[in-house]
Amino acid sequence: MNAIPPFEGPEHRWTGEGSSRIPFWAYTDPAIYRRELERFFYGNGHWCYVALEVEIPDPGDFKLSWVGERSVIVVRDRDGSINVVENRCAHRGVRFCRKPKGNARSFVCPYHQWTYKLNGDLAGLPFRHGVKKEDGSVQGGMPADFDLKQHGLARLKVETWNGLVFATFDHTAPPLSEYFGADVVPWLNRIFDGRRLTLLGVNRQRIPGNWKLMMENIKDPYHPGLLHTWFVTFGLWRADQQSRMVMDSHGRHAVMISQRNQGGEAKAVTEGVTSFRKDMTLNDARLLDVVVEPWWQGPTVTMITLFPSVIIQQQVNSLSTRHIVPSGPDSFDFIWTHFGFEDDTEEMTRRRLRQANLFGPAGFVSADDGEVIEFSQDGFRQKGPDGETVCELDGRGVGPADHMVTETLIRGMYGYWRKVMEI
Amino acid sequence: MAVRTGAIALSILESQHRMDQLNAAYGEALDAADYDAWIGMFTEDCHYRVVSRENYDQGLPLSIMALEGHGMLRDRVYGITNTLFHSPYYQRHVIGTARILSDDGRTLHATANYAVFRTKPGSVSEVYNVGRYIDRLLHTREGLKLQERICVFDSEMVLNSLIYPV
Repeated sequence: MNAIPPFEGPEHRWTGEGSSRIPFWAYTDPAIYRRELERFFYGNGHWCYVALEVEIPDPGDFKLSWVGERSVIVVRDRDGSINVVENRCAHRGVRFCRKPKGNARSFVCPYHQWTYKLNGDLAGLPFRHGVKKEDGSVQGGMPADFDLKQHGLARLKVETWNGLVFATFDHTAPPLSEYFGADVVPWLNRIFDGRRLTLLGVNRQRIPGNWKLMMENIKDPYHPGLLHTWFVTFGLWRADQQSRMVMDSHGRHAVMISQRNQGGEAKAVTEGVTSFRKDMTLNDARLLDVVVEPWWQGPTVTMITLFPSVIIQQQVNSLSTRHIVPSGPDSFDFIWTHFGFEDDTEEMTRRRLRQANLFGPAGFVSADDGEVIEFSQDGFRQKGPDGETVCELDGRGVGPADHMVTETLIRGMYGYWRKVMEI
Repeated sequence: MAVRTGAIALSILESQHRMDQLNAAYGEALDAADYDAWIGMFTEDCHYRVVSRENYDQGLPLSIMALEGHGMLRDRVYGITNTLFHSPYYQRHVIGTARILSDDGRTLHATANYAVFRTKPGSVSEVYNVGRYIDRLLHTREGLKLQERICVFDSEMVLNSLIYPV
């Protein structure tokens, strides 16, 4: 019987120049995915979003979160600082913490009761010095040179940013300000300027597509005025608006910025656009009862992608972080945390909650995005590794833009991706 | 004993029967995509929410769908039928017997467990959304109407998107 010859497809060979054609194997190959986890989520100086500070306000408060596929515990220590430790016992590898949220004085693995301080240090373990018999002899115990300090939970480097919490397994990672870069920081600080946040709630969806497709979706200003009826019809995002595309010097993070107009018919951007609904009006205008907030300073929408793990949304009065938790090359969990500000009036909170109907897994707008990401992955799978996407709107190069008729931000991300992946 | 306005006695069994009939009709309407019938089961000033158990139990106000009044319900239906781009699917509701929490003849409070199965064209059926209804209803001339239905779902992950009401 002849052995089946190994598959020698074109995978891992990026045939084109630049980053305007993305091969389908970048979305489907398990080996590529493993390298992405190692280099983007666990190493190479990358930071991942893990929580909002307001989710763990008091000492001992913790929540489970994710860095890539690794479960981590985000916990506020007694002195008010925040620790992030890996949820994996140093003894036998047990993912011991199962409560998604709570308050703890210490963490105890149930298997053999190894006990850890809130900073991950091993505080003690049963029978470390053996069990003393009545005749004075000692049975068992850890070796004499066993050092508690060497057996703590894996501890991540942590930095907070005006209410956001980021962590990294790479202790040589640069400070967050350097990681985000000077072009992105002002847009982040526009929302997170030190005001205290309020937590409105969390929504979770499982999207059967590659995690990068979600990053792309929010680096793609081309689609919103086409896929999303609400955006084109009500002027929330469409090509006749004043807008800017900003990216960091590596091309990995980006901000899509725009200012809403009155919507309605405008030949250049609505003619032939099937999602445009000329006569559509809302039966209940409260769904889109936009009130300008002073801190906007102009833009009504800023969509920030902080590679690789989070998207930060301001779309009119609706604010959220969207955490990407990858799970294999063809699925990721998408966790939305909606928030407001402590000085919001009750009316403003209600407004943010009403506008939340546009976003999330059932959103008038965002439900479309999860769907098309699933359809993209279906297409990649059916073609196989030698297919490729075409991202050539507004050329093949990478650079900032003062309009939204462009795919430059996607090209920017894949330029960076190729460099780090060495592909 | 429960009493209807106008002092006509309404037995506990009758309330139970009406509530279960309403839930059966509710599931049937959504499974048949008969959204006019769905809206007709609510009072004009209704509240309809689909919220995760995680948020509900913590007292967090965020829902995945939160509609107030017939107008917003109609806007959602327009979204489903005209603007939301999605892969179509069938829904199948299985709603348990309601538990009547209180009934003063004007307002009735009840809960019921539900499970919604999803079937996409050409695919198998899957458990889609599982939870409980927490309801406040009014006795009206046209029978019981939902003044508030909160769908509190256990399912920790929405399977990609949730387009139709549950």
